[in-house]
Amino acid sequence: MSQETEISHLQATEDETAERVFRRGEDSAILRLSESQVQTYSPDDDRRMVINMGPQHPSTHGVLRLSLEMEGETVLRSKPIIGYLHTGMEKTGEQLSFLQGPTNVTRMDYSSPLFSELAFSLATEKLLDIEIPERATWIRMLMCELNRMSSHLLFQATNGMDIGAVGAMIYGWREREEVLRLFEKITGLRMNHNYIRPGGVAADLPDGWRDDILRVLDNLPDRLNDFDSLFTGQPIWHERLQGVGVINASECLALGVTGPLLRSTGYAWDLRKDIPYLRYEEVEFDVLVGSYGDCFDRFAIRLNEIRESIRIVRQILEKMPEGDYRIQDKKITPPPRVRIDESMEALIHHFKIFTEGFKVPAGEVYTAVESPRGELGCYIVSDGGPKPYRMHIRGPSFTNLQVLPHMLQDCLVADAVAVISTVDPIMGEVDR
Amino acid sequence: MSDEEAVEEGEENSENIIPSTISRGQNVLHPNRENLLEVIGNLREEGFAVCIDVTAVDYLENPKRDLPTTIKPERFEVVINLLSHTKRERIRLRVQIPEDEPTLPTLFDMYPGSEALEREVHDLFGINFEGHPDMTRILMPEDWEGYPLRKDYDVGEIPVQFKQAPGS
Repeated sequence: MSQETEISHLQATEDETAERVFRRGEDSAILRLSESQVQTYSPDDDRRMVINMGPQHPSTHGVLRLSLEMEGETVLRSKPIIGYLHTGMEKTGEQLSFLQGPTNVTRMDYSSPLFSELAFSLATEKLLDIEIPERATWIRMLMCELNRMSSHLLFQATNGMDIGAVGAMIYGWREREEVLRLFEKITGLRMNHNYIRPGGVAADLPDGWRDDILRVLDNLPDRLNDFDSLFTGQPIWHERLQGVGVINASECLALGVTGPLLRSTGYAWDLRKDIPYLRYEEVEFDVLVGSYGDCFDRFAIRLNEIRESIRIVRQILEKMPEGDYRIQDKKITPPPRVRIDESMEALIHHFKIFTEGFKVPAGEVYTAVESPRGELGCYIVSDGGPKPYRMHIRGPSFTNLQVLPHMLQDCLVADAVAVISTVDPIMGEVDR
Repeated sequence: MSDEEAVEEGEENSENIIPSTISRGQNVLHPNRENLLEVIGNLREEGFAVCIDVTAVDYLENPKRDLPTTIKPERFEVVINLLSHTKRERIRLRVQIPEDEPTLPTLFDMYPGSEALEREVHDLFGINFEGHPDMTRILMPEDWEGYPLRKDYDVGEIPVQFKQAPGS
């Protein structure tokens, strides 16, 4: 594929405009009122009122709260209010060593934890200026694609439930559980794995991993076809999703929106393809795009990205090289467990690495990966010590959430639920 | 050894030369507050259509850092990440912000997506963005005092409700 033909996919169509996202005043879709202003706000038109949705609402994916200015059933302006899950994880990141860092960041996006670990590890490795072994890179890729599958399956479950197809909940959850069982076998945990670490991964793949993964890959396509027959062609599903929450590519670019939301507008931007990291240039897959930028496109893209991930995982299974799963650099890697029983030096070495951590040369670096929600970036400043001086995660959900008021404008409140659901925000990552 | 070294020529930007460095192979520009909007405007014309990230760093405890010699280090630094889809390139802008006047013009009129990002920087670092349509706290409660990500803001504890409850 030549560079030029690819770029032609990256053109926003000419007749579309992003004018509405630049508005500042009353005509903007964003209800820019503070908490106290909302209390005293009384619109001239007495048919209008401001209604609060969330944070304890089953369809707000955790603790998202929306302030909606309504006229009857129609949403006029709105504002997402966030911060209910804010626990200062970036501040915590400054207290933890680079080795402990993944434990912290993995708790941000709890439905695709391996991606945060990956972004953090890539940034640390770039600061250390080290190359990790081939096998470690491929294991990371394998785990990330499996994680993309589990995350998108979770989306199918919650999206179905939000829209009223409760069956999807059961199906999505069942398939996701299959993938989580793989994770449990490989990393020891279903979630918050702390598996991808600076220098490689925590452990090699266990015995029989290939058969376990193949079993899941063989079962999944049929189950995905069930999703198709249950939802994709179903008239009620179309009624609920098509033409709802429409956004165009120019607006997405202006708002910094990435991931399936951006691709649903027909704009083929995927970091795995366009700025490849790990070994994504060595596997074949398609970047899926929509045409209308509505809720249905976002649903369909996520469903079919699971199929693409299956394709990628199959290729990874074929190409998985032999070798080490972590770098053999004594400054970074603790000694093997068996050595600790026989060597005093190994014990001291192990103790030093886990208590003091390893020193990372001073500098600052930004790395980005394509998480199931879009560009997940990690900006680390090191002062030469064993802890990051500043650690910042650019969460895709945080930026993507800004698109909500524009999508919700002139929507019915019942559609608002569908719109929030297909934006698929993970609040742990939004609030950090 | 530092691999962050000043690049000889620097980026040409309407007769002003913006000092630039390369940090671990990534391009970094160092505009100041006065020419920031102009520099970003030019970059946007060149195809940097997406503002990926706006964040800040408080260099209170670590005043030493790699900067071009012409740039005077200040306590705060706002870091802006731009992305060009057509060139498949990223560029990072680091702007020095003095402690006694922590303000910066907003990027809202070029990148409306910076609205939430700038609010986050305002919330956690106390840096104000002039001309921002909604300069309020975003993550912390509205009545919160202090800026948590500043280095002189301690990791402390807040009183927990029900702590004295029987059986706890």
